[in-house]
Amino acid sequence: MIEYKNIMSKNVQSLAPSGIRKFFDVLDTMQDAISLGIGEPDFVTPWHIREAGIYSLEQGHTKYTSNAGMTKLREEISKYLDRRFSLKYDPKGQIFVTVGGSEAIDLCVRAMVETGDEVIIPIPSFVCYGPITTMSNGVPVFIETKAENEFRLTAKELEAAITPKTKLVILPFPNNPTGAVMRMEDWKEIAQVLRGTDIMLLSDEIYAELTYGGHHVSPANIPELYERTLLVNGFSKAYAMTGWRLGYVCGPDEILKQMLKIHQYGIMSAPTMSQYAAIDALKDGDVDIERMKESYDHRRKLILKGLRDMGLECFEPRGAFYIFPSIKSTGLTSDEFCTRFLQEERVAVIPGTAFGENGEGFIRISYASSVENIETALERMRNFIGRLK
Amino acid sequence: MTEILKLLEEDSRYTPAQIAAMTGKDESEVRNIIKKCEEDHIINGYTALIDWDRTHEEAVTAFIEVKITPQRDDGFDRIAKRIYQYEEVESLYLMSGAFDLAVTVSARSLKDVAQFVSAKLAPIDGVRSTATHFILKKYKDKHRPFQVDPEQEERVLFV
Repeated sequence: MIEYKNIMSKNVQSLAPSGIRKFFDVLDTMQDAISLGIGEPDFVTPWHIREAGIYSLEQGHTKYTSNAGMTKLREEISKYLDRRFSLKYDPKGQIFVTVGGSEAIDLCVRAMVETGDEVIIPIPSFVCYGPITTMSNGVPVFIETKAENEFRLTAKELEAAITPKTKLVILPFPNNPTGAVMRMEDWKEIAQVLRGTDIMLLSDEIYAELTYGGHHVSPANIPELYERTLLVNGFSKAYAMTGWRLGYVCGPDEILKQMLKIHQYGIMSAPTMSQYAAIDALKDGDVDIERMKESYDHRRKLILKGLRDMGLECFEPRGAFYIFPSIKSTGLTSDEFCTRFLQEERVAVIPGTAFGENGEGFIRISYASSVENIETALERMRNFIGRLK
Repeated sequence: MTEILKLLEEDSRYTPAQIAAMTGKDESEVRNIIKKCEEDHIINGYTALIDWDRTHEEAVTAFIEVKITPQRDDGFDRIAKRIYQYEEVESLYLMSGAFDLAVTVSARSLKDVAQFVSAKLAPIDGVRSTATHFILKKYKDKHRPFQVDPEQEERVLFV
């Protein structure tokens, strides 16, 4: 008998499995349960975009595209980034198309990180950065962002985490799960800290379009940071296209050329149908973005008020579609809160600890759900918290 | 005001408190704006979207193209008014193009619609001709599809 665990990669085996599964297993067995756990738009991809995908199939566009993605798509991405965020990238060597933002993140880390290199990761944040770093034999160095700083990464915190081994800093803003965003002045301070170093930035801007009450600012908007930024974005959140698996990365030609080799051997090219749909999204989808964003914004305000009215301390999220209230006043841990809330009130939310140790005392609630669901969930939470007192 | 109207158009059951929370306004301010809109006939009523085909009620809806002779001074308005005051008339639009008025009529049976057209609509002074089309199935109304795919797909567990 082969003992598989003796022969499999130690690195892979060391990765922690997602601790969230148990919530969804319980959820599946419940009647009239509400899930505010999933981090996915509740909209279907706008019809004109779906139609463009269907039309591409009708036309028989079923082959690989060039490794970097269709020229037309890269041109449209270039125009889009300039139009919406004043970012300049040459479609000929500074942009390439990936299978979701996730692949782009993976490629950035794999292209940059060598054994022992440190990757700075602000937490709480999306779960993938640590494991991807570990898989490249890199060392994740976590920075705990603070509620009193509105979960922004401060220049001081960054400075304290930098060592001679620091290779890459992950910048997950707008942030999942906190809803934190970085402002122009925050980036300028960070630029000061990085001046004279060779440290690169991986800016995961998948939620860029979902920024409320102000414009999204990318580190690449700061001239001093532009040359050290690898910008990752995609179609999943802005256009409700999660299942199409399409993202892209922008940055210096020289780095992208190396990343493209990994993509070429592992992926070949992103799905062709999705690329055609994405061209349509970029050309005619600005109005869809606005419509969906307005709808998220209404729900964001509704849930913020609901949570604050029941006495929960809650930082106002400025981006994405999550809210991250503190549940410390209940005396429960995040995990206890979520487990009991699900069992007793049939509502699934995610413990903050899923996004980093300092998520203890917080829960993540996704408001990408109907107003009716949000209202019912708030009502059930009022009952739940009332019983705890 | 536009924001409030859009929300009410999306779901007229939203309470002023909910709208206030969603827009960041005061509840009393929302109430006042809604009241003003009602007084100014910007909001003309609240209703539900019902798929009568799924009930046991007999119901027939017809779309009628009407050509009329416009009248001195009143243009189309006076004839339109004579038509839309009938209970059976669900909607009435003045159109550009091949005909003048688009009338939607709902009644219990084909016979009732036929009766309405021949006895009430066609004889109106100024109505030159009518063409009646019966509606076979309603797929979508007010941006809402009437039959939503009930399939629940498998979902990714965690993002």
